[in-house]
Amino acid sequence: MTGAMNSRHPFIHLFFWLFVLFSLVPFLLVFMVSISGEESILKHGYSLFPSEFSTGAYSFLFNDFSTIAKAYGVTIAVTLIGTVVSLLITCLYAYPLSRPDMPFRRTLSFFLFFTMLFGGGMAPWYLTYVNMFGIKNTLLSMIIPNLLLSAFNVLLMRSFFSTSIPDSILESATIDGASEWTIFKSIVIPLSLPIVATIGLFNVLAYWNDWYNCMLFIDKQELYNIQYLMTKTLNNVQYLIMKAGSNAQAGEQLAKMPRETVRMAFAVVGVAPLLAAYPFFQRFYISGITSGAVKG
Amino acid sequence: MNGNGRIHDNIGRRIELETAVEQAAEVRRSTRTGAFLRKLKKYRALLIMTVPGLVYLIINNYIPMYGVVLAFKTLSYDKGIWDSPWTGLDNFKFLFNSPDAFTITRNTILYNVVFILVNTVFALLVAILINEIKGKAISRFYQSTFLLPHIVSMVVVAYLVYGFLNQDSGMVNTILTKYFHKDSIAWYSEAGYWPYILVIVNAWKNAGYLSIIYFAAIIGIDKEYYEAARIDGATRWKQMTAITLPLIMPVILIMTLMAVSSILRSDFGLFYQVTMASGPLIPTTNTIDTFVYRAMVQLGDIGMSSAAGLYQSVVCFFLILGANLAVRRYDKNSSLF
Repeated sequence: MTGAMNSRHPFIHLFFWLFVLFSLVPFLLVFMVSISGEESILKHGYSLFPSEFSTGAYSFLFNDFSTIAKAYGVTIAVTLIGTVVSLLITCLYAYPLSRPDMPFRRTLSFFLFFTMLFGGGMAPWYLTYVNMFGIKNTLLSMIIPNLLLSAFNVLLMRSFFSTSIPDSILESATIDGASEWTIFKSIVIPLSLPIVATIGLFNVLAYWNDWYNCMLFIDKQELYNIQYLMTKTLNNVQYLIMKAGSNAQAGEQLAKMPRETVRMAFAVVGVAPLLAAYPFFQRFYISGITSGAVKG
Repeated sequence: MNGNGRIHDNIGRRIELETAVEQAAEVRRSTRTGAFLRKLKKYRALLIMTVPGLVYLIINNYIPMYGVVLAFKTLSYDKGIWDSPWTGLDNFKFLFNSPDAFTITRNTILYNVVFILVNTVFALLVAILINEIKGKAISRFYQSTFLLPHIVSMVVVAYLVYGFLNQDSGMVNTILTKYFHKDSIAWYSEAGYWPYILVIVNAWKNAGYLSIIYFAAIIGIDKEYYEAARIDGATRWKQMTAITLPLIMPVILIMTLMAVSSILRSDFGLFYQVTMASGPLIPTTNTIDTFVYRAMVQLGDIGMSSAAGLYQSVVCFFLILGANLAVRRYDKNSSLF
């Protein structure tokens, strides 16, 4: 089947394979460097075809894994809590907006929509959180600011609710004496699992990939998430060691460190969970963004 | 007495009349408030549902919106935000008299213009060509591969770029010195290359995403148009230009409208992380967002940072309204609001 098609559009496939290479080669390069021997890197530079293989960088990383493990702990905790709370708030705000008979519907919609048009800017936003709410150096600062509610997601969910849930079901439930909360819990949400899952996935990605809030609000190293630990390490590969253990021990480790390969091994460790999960959620993700674009 | 009595009577009747009118109004009012209260009570649950979201929007968006007053103040920490002295337009004067204002505005706009052009052309090309492929499996494989760069964070992108560009052992310098016998280039201190590098990096990260949106729009086109065109003997090229492009124009318009209306915004990660915040690169990579960040975090100049942020917000606000108006005039259904 593929063969027949290839013969019909050889140039299209050539173009696409070049694009596939363009998309994947950067990842491959980083991976190849991470499994190269440090000496061969120093001598020959980064290459897609390393002349010498070594797992030295990984054994160095796993030798003292506590820093990385802690950062992953923060990322996982923040992602779990953030995604659940964010989904809850999003559903709760979107559902009333989807009901045509809802009082203040237009006001509530506008209140949300206006935040997409105008913002106060970063400095007042930062000072609000730091000075008014004292959120600095807490896990909350990686969960709440900007990430907890996306106006775009609310609008997506609202349009799903209003197009996919028949009014007749809501009416008959009301006649049967179901309260709004019961209707929401046992009818609306179960009927909307596709959009809930899509927006849940968007939330997971947003929290998992976030470094901005961590950079702004966290100065304590034990609260760094994996993305920000990666930032710090990119700028200074010694960062991973400097904080670990006593000074004498650190100095000794520093001397032994295969710097170039460790940096890239850390990149691999940092991105691996996402890439490993990607094949399982990619189809779902694609249908999510396309339905969002067409409807939103 | 009689006269007086009549007057009293008159007054009495008038008072009676007035109270009656008042009572009637009262009854009307109370039924109106009554209906209103009944409505509130009926929808109490739905109204309560919106409370968490409302509180969040107030904290995250509306209080900071009020905070734009900072742009007209000099913040003194011991007095707090609200009691800090007003300085009128000093922050703005300072900002617009410095060469930075022009540079960051120019950089932000030029980058965005090129990003929009490159990504749109590339994404349309990919979307139209994917539509020509008949195999479902291979088409899906292409799509998910092109989308892969979109899901990784800018920190990861910074690592990937570093793999190519680091001076001592990056792949580009390795190839330059080994195979072309040229001198290696200090990429992270040569500002001139970065406009090209960032356009490539941005296309790498976002063009695939855009192409999938356009592809979804193309799939949505009714197949009958193509059949009719084929019967009339239209070539593939003709079908593309006479059916595909015009029919997905609304989607192209919306995506471009959204991009144009945020032409003064930039992806902070792209300009800060991918450049590794390198000082020598600032002339060509400083955008309004990185400026706002640097002014606040590195210089501690809250007033100037707020002023630049407000400048960005206000211009973007009017751009959105303008762009939306333009699209409405062109096609009412494609406008955002």
